[in-house]
Amino acid sequence: MTTTDPTRGGTLTKVGGRPPLRPYLQDVWSRREFVYSLARFRIEAENQRNRLGMAWVVLRPLLNAAIYGLIFGILLGSNSRPDHFLEFLIIGVFVFEFFSSSFTQGAKAVTSNQALVQSLSFPRMSLPLSAVTQRLLLFVPMIAVMLVIIVAFGTWPQPEWLLLIPLTAILFVFNCGLAMITARLTVHFRDLTQLLPFITRLIFYTTGIFFSFDRRFSTHHTVLRIVDFQPVHEFLTLARAVLLKGPDYNVPMSYWLYSSLWAIAMFALGVVFFWRAEERYGRTH
Amino acid sequence: MAAPTERKAVIVVDDVHVEYKVLATGKRASAADGSGLLQRSRRTRTVHALKGVSFTAYENDSIGIIGSNGSGKSTLMRAIVGLTPTSQGAIYAASRPAMLGVGAALITDLSGERNIILGGLALGFTLEEIEGRVDDIIEFSGIRDFIELPMRTYSSGMTARLKFAIATAKDHEILIVDEALAVGDRNFRNRSEARIREIRDNAGTVFLVSHSMQSIRDSCNRVIWINKGELMMDGDPEEVITAYDETNQ
Repeated sequence: MTTTDPTRGGTLTKVGGRPPLRPYLQDVWSRREFVYSLARFRIEAENQRNRLGMAWVVLRPLLNAAIYGLIFGILLGSNSRPDHFLEFLIIGVFVFEFFSSSFTQGAKAVTSNQALVQSLSFPRMSLPLSAVTQRLLLFVPMIAVMLVIIVAFGTWPQPEWLLLIPLTAILFVFNCGLAMITARLTVHFRDLTQLLPFITRLIFYTTGIFFSFDRRFSTHHTVLRIVDFQPVHEFLTLARAVLLKGPDYNVPMSYWLYSSLWAIAMFALGVVFFWRAEERYGRTH
Repeated sequence: MAAPTERKAVIVVDDVHVEYKVLATGKRASAADGSGLLQRSRRTRTVHALKGVSFTAYENDSIGIIGSNGSGKSTLMRAIVGLTPTSQGAIYAASRPAMLGVGAALITDLSGERNIILGGLALGFTLEEIEGRVDDIIEFSGIRDFIELPMRTYSSGMTARLKFAIATAKDHEILIVDEALAVGDRNFRNRSEARIREIRDNAGTVFLVSHSMQSIRDSCNRVIWINKGELMMDGDPEEVITAYDETNQ
């Protein structure tokens, strides 16, 4: 019964090999309903256990913003605070929350779904994509709260606010790319989950969430030049520029270009990087 | 139908060896343990779980896998699904095999019904298709009273039944069932054995790992006996089971 041609004239393929990229991506696309439903059901399940349920989605970043506002706005007041500091802070914290939660949840997307991965065969890329979709669904009510707060502080809605939609889309694509990269990395190095909170915190403090780079480093042109290319800083600056008015909120058009390029590059890199280890997910050793 | 030529091969297992490195503590060495900077200097031992297993499975086969505990049955199945890498030899398959084990529930925080929908979507059904089948799946699993509860509250038997019902909702080309039937009651076993025969009749190939010779006799047309990582016998269920029973007297 030994065989000379184990593939039987090419009708069989080697187990543990990964499918070519194109059919793989088509397969992922055909599971989009799975990606969306998994995200939605997860949100339901997570909130069922809390008494305040969905309210926590908004309460958590609000409490965060309150703490940072207290510490950096009142206790450590400085001249690096721009006008409309409160709105500045809220937009920063909320948009950053979408980024950082996608980053951390995406990293756990494969490792925390071992049972699913081991018992059903589906393209694993659905998992990090679903994790980010989940964060996107949670970001929508946060945007609503953010807008209410901005109106409450005296800025009236502008047609420009519609630019939040493409901005959210760019950020979503960027987050997906990043999540696919971290999802694979944690499969190789579990220790990464321990490091993630520190990485997020580092990005948080260096991104200009509670201070304005333009003011703090107004004489350091190199620093300003560098943060021009920091993607998260670009996203925050764009969000603030779309929503707020004033001399602190003029943004060069190039930011739209840079952030889109970041998103496309990150997504392409994430797709290839994740796909290259497709056969490894679910293995226990 | 064409003239009865040779049956179509679905899986070729070609001289497969699987070796595990086990740390002296008994912990299985993972890929990360052996790499570069973080290399641990503890002594490792190699366990040879499969030692050159070869066979070919054809469509319409339903193959029982028997052997004592630790003989390598589950390792072989995991290698066929691709969850365990082979250290020598290779496995070729016509499509990606699906494996059903007694392991954890799919997503424990979600209700049984949500898991059915998600499982169905993951298997490639559209939302419409799976919603049309939810009722049949619940009926088959026989846990209608608990379907609204999160799966973490289910007993292992209920979990296994639901997982079996979800995974077999689709006509898989290759399905591996690892002792999942043992946990069901008599009634569920009969239904699932009927389902396995149905899959087999739809040109599928089923592997059934079990310690219950009765369920293997009832649903398999071929039996493979694995002992200490080697293929002892491969053939007609009665012959193989008789030989297996004799050595275990």
